[in-house]
Amino acid sequence: MAERMALTGNEAVAYAMMQINPDVVAAYPITPQTALMQKFADFVADGEVDTQFVLVESEHSAMSAVVGAAAAGARAMTATAANGLALMWEILYIAASTRLPIVMPVVNRALSAPINILCDHSDTMGARDSGWIQLFSENAQEAYDNTIQAVRIAEHRDVLTPVMVTLDGFIISHGLEVVEVLDKEAVQDFVGEYEPAYTLLDPEHPITFGPIDFSDYYMEHKRSQVDGIEAARRVIPEVGREFGKRFGRSYGMIEEHGTDGAEALLVALGSTAGSAKAVVDDMRERGLPVGLVKIRAFRPFPYEELREALGKAKAVAVMDRSISFGAQAGPLALEVRSALYGLSLPVRDYIYGLGGRNITLEEIEDILQEALEMAKTKEAEPLVKYVSVRE
Amino acid sequence: MSEELKGYRELPIGGLIVEPGNAVTYRTGTWRTFRPVWHEDKCIHCLFCWVYCPDAAVQVKDGKMTGFDYEHCKGCGICAHECPRDAITMEKE
Repeated sequence: MAERMALTGNEAVAYAMMQINPDVVAAYPITPQTALMQKFADFVADGEVDTQFVLVESEHSAMSAVVGAAAAGARAMTATAANGLALMWEILYIAASTRLPIVMPVVNRALSAPINILCDHSDTMGARDSGWIQLFSENAQEAYDNTIQAVRIAEHRDVLTPVMVTLDGFIISHGLEVVEVLDKEAVQDFVGEYEPAYTLLDPEHPITFGPIDFSDYYMEHKRSQVDGIEAARRVIPEVGREFGKRFGRSYGMIEEHGTDGAEALLVALGSTAGSAKAVVDDMRERGLPVGLVKIRAFRPFPYEELREALGKAKAVAVMDRSISFGAQAGPLALEVRSALYGLSLPVRDYIYGLGGRNITLEEIEDILQEALEMAKTKEAEPLVKYVSVRE
Repeated sequence: MSEELKGYRELPIGGLIVEPGNAVTYRTGTWRTFRPVWHEDKCIHCLFCWVYCPDAAVQVKDGKMTGFDYEHCKGCGICAHECPRDAITMEKE
């Protein structure tokens, strides 16, 4: 039987990892991920897992060790945050392009400088072109559920692409929530026995990982990699539906909240989507036609789902918790506009919450009120606004 | 050459090489700008060239040098450098 427990987001993900029981975990501590690995280390010390736990000297080494383990045919995991993810950069691309189904929780935190340990999405957003699948979590329950589903998504034979599961630093990672924790047997049954597609440790079928490619084949290998992450568009909802059938919580690429008949829609990621639901409910009660589209999968980006969900509205406000310096908007708004290409729908980006700056329900309501105004005027200028920044 | 190259759908994923010992099918001879030319009259069959060749492109039969495998010789010139009798010269392709 599933059990309801009071857990932080970090603990919830550590529980998911313990129940997955990966063959290899290599990790290096970094705030706000430290408590996650500390909890997992408890499970290792208590003999709750069979995992080979490798303590390395840096995140570059953590990802390298996990790549080696995955190439050897192990179910391998790690977790990191912010500067740690940045230090993994080179190996992130190698994991994805070698098609190793690694699962990595990322506890979202701002990148330096100035040094800051609090939440924003600039770490994950910087890695958006590394070839990894990226699933965002609204709360600790979703972080737990996403981590379990990520194993199935990554290891699906049509996908074979690593998955990042994100959770907002401190807001989710250190906030205490009631989380429904599944039976270990149920999780084991859901993720199944791992059968690697290729392994270095099969002397009957000797193979080479990571050979050099010249200009005659590099493009073909990149094009082949696209097929893997594109297959995830089908597999992510499939796994999400099966999870729902077994455990009662279904997942797709996006989640719509109050979108029926909405004239102004908000697009958000992570914990802010939870706050936005409360604002939407409150405004709906007052008869205001507003709604929310939460993005769960940022990579692959749900273009078709968004076009359908947003296309019925008259204005869209996007909330970006990171900046793409020199771009016309934040990473999420750029993707949303791209999804709406050809539709004449005003889209404005709201950059907020950098370095842990709090976002209040009132501020989210202000954004939705402005979006309702946009729906009337059809005027998106200014295309980008910075929430609560002092001038 | 281009008709021999495979399309992306035919390749193993992740740049993996799944058939062992397939280097023989990769024609590194196309990289060459200088080719080694063997002068049989000067050759004493010491087989230094065969020992030093990094690509096993020196062909030997019954203990005697018989020529080069130009499909795989990259033209590095080590054989010509090591030959004690100047029986190998490098000539522009």
